[in-house]
Formats: sequence, C-alpha cells, structure tokens
Amino acid sequence: MTAAGYSVMGVTAVFVATLAVGAYGWRFSRTTSDFFVASRTVRPGLNASAIGGEYLSAASFLGVAGLVLAFGTEMLWYPVGWTAGYLVLLVLVAAPLRRSGAYTLPDFAESRLESRGVRRLSALLVVAIGWLYLMPQFQGAGLALASTTGTGSWLGGLLVATVVLVNVLFGGMRSITFVQAFQYWLKLTALLFPLLFMAAIWLGDGAVSPASVDVADVGGTGDSWVSPLAGVEHEVYTTYSIIIATFLGTMGLPHVVVRFYTNPDGAAARRTTLFVLALLGLFYLLPPVYGGLGRLYAPDLVASGRSESVVLELPSRMLAGTAGELLSALTTAGAFAAFLSTSSGLTVAVAGVISQDVMGRRFGGVRAFQAGAVVAVLVPLGLSLLTEGVGVAQAVGLAFAFAASTLCPLLVLGIWWRRLTDVGAIAGMLVGGGCAGGAVLATLLGVGPEGWGGALLAQPAAWTVPLAFLTMVGVSLVTPRRVPRHAARTMVRLHTPESVQLDRGNPPR
Amino acid sequence: MSESTPRRVRVTSPRTSAARAQRVPAAREIDAQTRLGEVYMSSLIRSQLRLALLALAALTVFVGGIPLVFWLAPDLSDIEVLAVPLPWLLLAFAVYPFLLLVGWLYVRAAERNERAFSDVLDRT
Repeated sequence: MTAAGYSVMGVTAVFVATLAVGAYGWRFSRTTSDFFVASRTVRPGLNASAIGGEYLSAASFLGVAGLVLAFGTEMLWYPVGWTAGYLVLLVLVAAPLRRSGAYTLPDFAESRLESRGVRRLSALLVVAIGWLYLMPQFQGAGLALASTTGTGSWLGGLLVATVVLVNVLFGGMRSITFVQAFQYWLKLTALLFPLLFMAAIWLGDGAVSPASVDVADVGGTGDSWVSPLAGVEHEVYTTYSIIIATFLGTMGLPHVVVRFYTNPDGAAARRTTLFVLALLGLFYLLPPVYGGLGRLYAPDLVASGRSESVVLELPSRMLAGTAGELLSALTTAGAFAAFLSTSSGLTVAVAGVISQDVMGRRFGGVRAFQAGAVVAVLVPLGLSLLTEGVGVAQAVGLAFAFAASTLCPLLVLGIWWRRLTDVGAIAGMLVGGGCAGGAVLATLLGVGPEGWGGALLAQPAAWTVPLAFLTMVGVSLVTPRRVPRHAARTMVRLHTPESVQLDRGNPPR
Repeated sequence: MSESTPRRVRVTSPRTSAARAQRVPAAREIDAQTRLGEVYMSSLIRSQLRLALLALAALTVFVGGIPLVFWLAPDLSDIEVLAVPLPWLLLAFAVYPFLLLVGWLYVRAAERNERAFSDVLDRT
C-alpha cells in the first residue's frame, strides 16, 4: 500500500471514530440544556480533556512545529502564551463566569450590565471571532489532505465541515463533549508515539543540537534561531505584543468561554481549568521537538516554504519503509482530530449565539440551535474557499489580538469592577475592536507603513488592549448614573460560593 | 453581720432568646444590602482580587521577564544545559510546570478564601 493509502485510512478512521463517539452522546441529548451546555453535569476530568481537545487546533498541532522549524525559539511564545492564557483565565474569570449562570457570553454581558445594546455588540463580536477562527481550520484541513493524498485543497475543509455539522446537529454540546475528550488523547498519542521512535534515531545519530546547523536563509541561523526575541527590528515590542495577545486573548475566544457553563459549580470550574493547564502543558512539550528535529532531518521544507507540514512528513523521512509511512499516517490522523475538535467547539459556541440572538423569535429551542449551526459552518467554509491566500497562523493571530482587545476587558472589568456601565463597555469594545481589526486588516492588505508603524500594525495587542481598558474605565467614570441598578446583587452572584444561601438576584433565563 | 452578706444565688440569663434575636445573620445583611453586608461582600471580593493579582504578578515577573533578560544579556542564549540551549530549556519545558504550580497554589488559596467567607456567614 502507498503512503497516501495509509493516510487516507488514518483520516477515515478519525472521521468514523468521531461520528461513532458522537453517536454515543446523541442518545443522551434531549433537552435544550443538553444541546447548549450538556446540562451542566460534566465532571472536571472529562471536561478538562474536552477543553484540551477543543483548544488544541491546527495552529497547535501543525503550526507550532512549522514555526519553530522556520523561525526558531521566539515562536515558542505561542504555545507558552496559549497555556498561560488559561492561567489568566483561571485566576480572573473561571469561577465567577460559571457562577453568573449565563449560557453564552452575550447572556453574561446582558445580565451584568442590564443592557440590550451590550448584548447585541458582544454577540456580533463572538460570531466574528468564531468565524475568524473557523476559517483557518477549514483551510488547514484542505492543505493537510492535499499534501498527504494529493486531492484538491477544497476537499479537506468540506469533509471536516460535514462531519462537524452532523455531530452538532444531532447531539449538540453533550455529544461534542465526548468527541472532544476522545480527541485530546488521540492528538497526544499521534504526536508522542512517533516521537519515541524518532528520539531513539536522533540519539543513535549522536544527539546533534538543532541550533548547531545552518539552514537556508529563510529562518535565522545560529544565534538568531536560539534567541527568544521575535524578528530583528523592534524585537522587544513584537515579543511583548505576542505575549499580551495570547495571555489575554484566550479568555475572549467563544469556544473557550462557552465550556465554563458546562461545569456543575464555580469551584468545579476552577479545578477543571487547573486540569486543563496540566493537559496543555503536557501536549505542548511535543510540537517544538518536531520543529527542532525537522531542522536536522528535513531542512529543505524551510526553503520550499512548506514548514507547516513538518509534523506530517518527518516520521516517514526519519524512518525508512512501512514503519515511517504508518507513523506519518498517524500524525495526519491526529491533525484531522485537531481540525474536527476545534471546529466542533467553535460551531457549538457560534450556533448558540446565532440561535439566541438572531433566530430566537422565529424558531424555538433545539430547532433554532440546529439552524444556527448550519449558518455557523457554511459562512466560514465559503470564506475559506474564497480567501486561500491568508495564512493559517495569521488568521489565528488576528483572532487572539481581536479577542484580547474586545471581550477580555468586558469580562475582566465586568467581574471585578462594580462601576462599569453599559456605555463604557460599548465604547471600550468599539475602540479596541476597531483599532485591532483595522491594524491587522491593514497588514494583511499590505498597506501598512515601514518601520515602527508597521510593527505597531502587525502586532497591535500591546497598544489596543490597554486602550480598550482605558476607554471602558474612562467612559464608565463619566457616566456614573448608568451603573446597572442591580450591580451589587450581581456581584453577590458572581463571587459567593454556591454553598451559602443568599439572594443572588435573577440569573439570566 | 450575717445580715450584710447576702446569700449566694445562681446567676443565669433569662433573656437568651431575646439576646440572640437582636443579632441579624450576615447573610441577611448581604441580602438587604446594608452597610455591614457591603463590608462582607467587599472583603470577599477584595481578598479574591488580591490573590488573582498576586498570581498575575508571579506570571509577569517570571515568564514576562524572560524576553527582557535575554534582551539585556544576549549572551545568555549561548549557555547550554545537556546540549539544550537555555532559552529552549525555559520556554519549551520549564515554563509549563511553573504555570501549573501557580495555578495549583491559586486554586488552594481561592477555595480557602471562600471557606473563610462561608464560615463567617455560618457563625453569625
């Protein structure tokens, strides 16, 4: 059998297993609450695996190794930031967000600030960020299938979209939770197992340090490859901007936030997040090693601009014959698990918001959720077929910077600062979102200036996030009469442990 | 003389129930949003916020400080521990146990704050 044959078998197995595990969950999915939040009964262990499975996207599975191979140590800031983002989420948001009792982020915004306007704007942002993040998943699926089996680049995205839609339509969040928990462990195995063989070969070859070899001029060599600072010019600013975007952007991603409502209570939400930190830390030990070994055994990928496929190709390059092809098929299968799980989580989150804020009045309950899911998948699928030029990593980076500049200040100030007003929140989200969105659009379209201006536009988070926070605080302070009437009661709901009998006001719905 | 020293009597409080009724439980203070209730709430929120900021400070200093240190002293990149360059050792491996440790300490302390809060409410 050919290498492509093994890959097709691996990908097919992942699709079949995903549908089978999902079907196991379909039997339990009956009520609206099952569909949206798995009836809030998911235990920390299972829930943490599901969060890990959903969070580790194409960017983590393929992108990190490729970036490390091409650009070196500075790119390790992405996996570090994506993990540290969960620590920030744990200490600032996890328990209060669960205690708010809201289904979606717009629910939280409306119940905290008692305003329909904030609800509408945050719903718009959730859908925008969700689509921005779904688009590269479909594109990545197309590229991965094309590079391993030689099909057209549209097929992978279409297949992933179809499987996701089937699972979400029939099982909602309940079914997706099982699927994603399974996919975390599949992804970990798919990277770890080949790595054991490859590490043995590397040790046999004398354990050469990846930093000691020179690779074509695309990436840095020697000193620059080892340096933890990004790029050559404005390196400190760029590095810190990446740090701010990833540390603070995680909490604003719609598929991350929606998971917290599936915990039974606030304390369980905290423990789940701690579990997730451990699972992410374990996983992110692996992709950089692929990047480092790629420098020794597949340096030509950098020159030919295909460094993102290092995870898919490295096993078959280091191991001769069938063993290498089988291991490459395993990593390809893992990559598809990554596309499927992240797209599923995003689809549930976006569908929840679309069904409640756009269709709620025309359809009810489960029907609206299913209609929302169709829209949530078809729009980014269409966009991914139209805009093939935009890179996977670029679109994901934009999503993080955008989330950090809009939904992060809303969550943090909403939870910890009683005097936040609806006008302040809207102003802050418009300023932060406008600046971050405009800056990255300018970079993508290539109209950004050279030098400092270009650096500020390419990685905008370091100035757009503080600007959004300052606007929210400033405008709230000059509109003190608009502090929500029940703000004190809402703070009781957000911060007191559930074991204490207290009047917590009316939770949303 | 025996008249001047009164007989010993057992002293008891006949008004125990009345005395207890005067103390309003803290939970009711919070529900009625009195001054005292506000004090209870703001002390809980402040202790949790202080804890969160402490964890973020640890993150900022120890992880956020790495680029600054390597920018000020670029020669540190040349150090190798067991054939692994120092920046790799920090960013690819050491940082994850550190994040987990900070998270674990935070969860323990946050749950302790909440227990203290519910103890105060139960005692009153």
